[in-house]
Amino acid sequence: MFEFCADPKTIEGLSWLSCYLTTPKHMEFYFSFLTVMALLLVTAPAALAFGFGGAMAARSHIAPIRWLGKIYTAMVRGVPDIVFFLFFVIALDQGIEWLMHQVRCPDWSEPIRQGLEFRVCPAAKVPPNNASLFVHQSYAFLLAVLTFAIVFGAFAANVLKGAMDAVPRAQIETAEAYGLSPRQTFRRILVPQMWTYALPGLSNLWLILIKATPLLFLLGIQDIVYWARELGGSKSARFDYPHGDWRLYYFLGLLVFYLALTRVSEIGLGRLTRRLSHGQATRAGETLRKDAA
Amino acid sequence: MKKLLLATALTALGAGVVAADPVRIATEGAYEPYNLINDKGELDGFEIVLGNELCKRAGLECIFVKNDWDSIIPNLQSGNYDAIMAGMSITDERREKIAFSENYTQPAPSSYAAMSPDTPLDSGVISAQTGTIQAAHVAASGAKLLEFATPDETIAAVRNGQAAAVMADEDYLLSQIGDGLEIIGDDVLLGDGIGIGLRKSDTELKAKFDAAIQSMKADGSLNKLTDEWFDGNYTPF
Repeated sequence: MFEFCADPKTIEGLSWLSCYLTTPKHMEFYFSFLTVMALLLVTAPAALAFGFGGAMAARSHIAPIRWLGKIYTAMVRGVPDIVFFLFFVIALDQGIEWLMHQVRCPDWSEPIRQGLEFRVCPAAKVPPNNASLFVHQSYAFLLAVLTFAIVFGAFAANVLKGAMDAVPRAQIETAEAYGLSPRQTFRRILVPQMWTYALPGLSNLWLILIKATPLLFLLGIQDIVYWARELGGSKSARFDYPHGDWRLYYFLGLLVFYLALTRVSEIGLGRLTRRLSHGQATRAGETLRKDAA
Repeated sequence: MKKLLLATALTALGAGVVAADPVRIATEGAYEPYNLINDKGELDGFEIVLGNELCKRAGLECIFVKNDWDSIIPNLQSGNYDAIMAGMSITDERREKIAFSENYTQPAPSSYAAMSPDTPLDSGVISAQTGTIQAAHVAASGAKLLEFATPDETIAAVRNGQAAAVMADEDYLLSQIGDGLEIIGDDVLLGDGIGIGLRKSDTELKAKFDAAIQSMKADGSLNKLTDEWFDGNYTPF
């Protein structure tokens, strides 16, 4: 990056450090912070959507839909994350390619499953083999978002179902007495009131999600923990910037990042809790009312 | 991230025929000097240089991709890439799942270490790490096998008298000897060396890689390359 970095073996001190911290490899490290933040910002709403759907399904009056919702939460919550990330993603990828294969290569005669191998026609490959690296990375990122959303959605579904059940029955009864239809009751009475009960559980999930990103490497995406380990490991003289085991410093840096992110989240969630407690028939709502009076 | 692997891939574009679809080769990028990530953030190492040379000789266009070790075989079978060059030793257990090209390194020497030079190696208790080729070798040798989950436990077992000797990779044992522990007996060559992992159905690709490896063995360029990356510490073909 700087001109004096041309021959790293001859420089030392601060200029060595400034060269070291601006190597292309370190740039990848800094870029991975953005990847992680992007993943969090996309996954959280997606997981919430899955959770909302799951909770609604689990509370449905139609038995098959209810079973579906319950099976979803029970299955995903019961499978260890690492197993899910190893095998579900491969299964999902194969499922997509199988569909593409049916559409694009109907005349293909060879079997798709050959023992342990999975072979579709070249036209059905997603992404195509000759696609640029960027396409491959984006596809991996999308699979990651979907997998995270399904896993965390199952947990969120249970939290939201509990919150929906926690809204006082009297509120629903009053709505019915006013002549609101079940759909109106759900949208105008139940959902606005349930958030205050759901928020503690959801905030837990959010903080767990922040820390779950190292699982990304299983999906071929290099996250901050991967790069910290890779950069911090001791480097022999083969490298331009040889050094000992510096993982401790890199992980301390990550610690600061995670703590800062947690703190910011806490402040944000605190404000949200306060806002959602307004006018609620809960202790927090009552305190707010008294303070205002 | 975009540029990460491109440069290594581009060097593979030799003057030879460029195939329609590039061959994607997976590696771990964390097993120096076999494969590593250099200061430019690119994949580098013995296997990257070797792989690019093999592709050039075979007239293939190749791209190296990074993949986690745990999922490296399932992703090959699933068709996310076409080959593995990640310091993977050829073993019978892996042969059941995938095919291997001809080996491009010699089997790594294993040896025994014990507290006294005249410890018998075909009887008594010998420790080894679970699931390794050394453990299988000890079990077959007539000695009683004592297994441990990690390599340092196998060394500790000899030091505290639980086992009479330990068997492991020689490179590893050399880093552990001292304080009375010494290497005894001759080197034992186990396994079949390291090869390119391929899908069993890709016989055509295997034939191309085999031919390229043979040509590099024949003109001595493989030995030269290995010598460069392993600082002269290797078994030539």
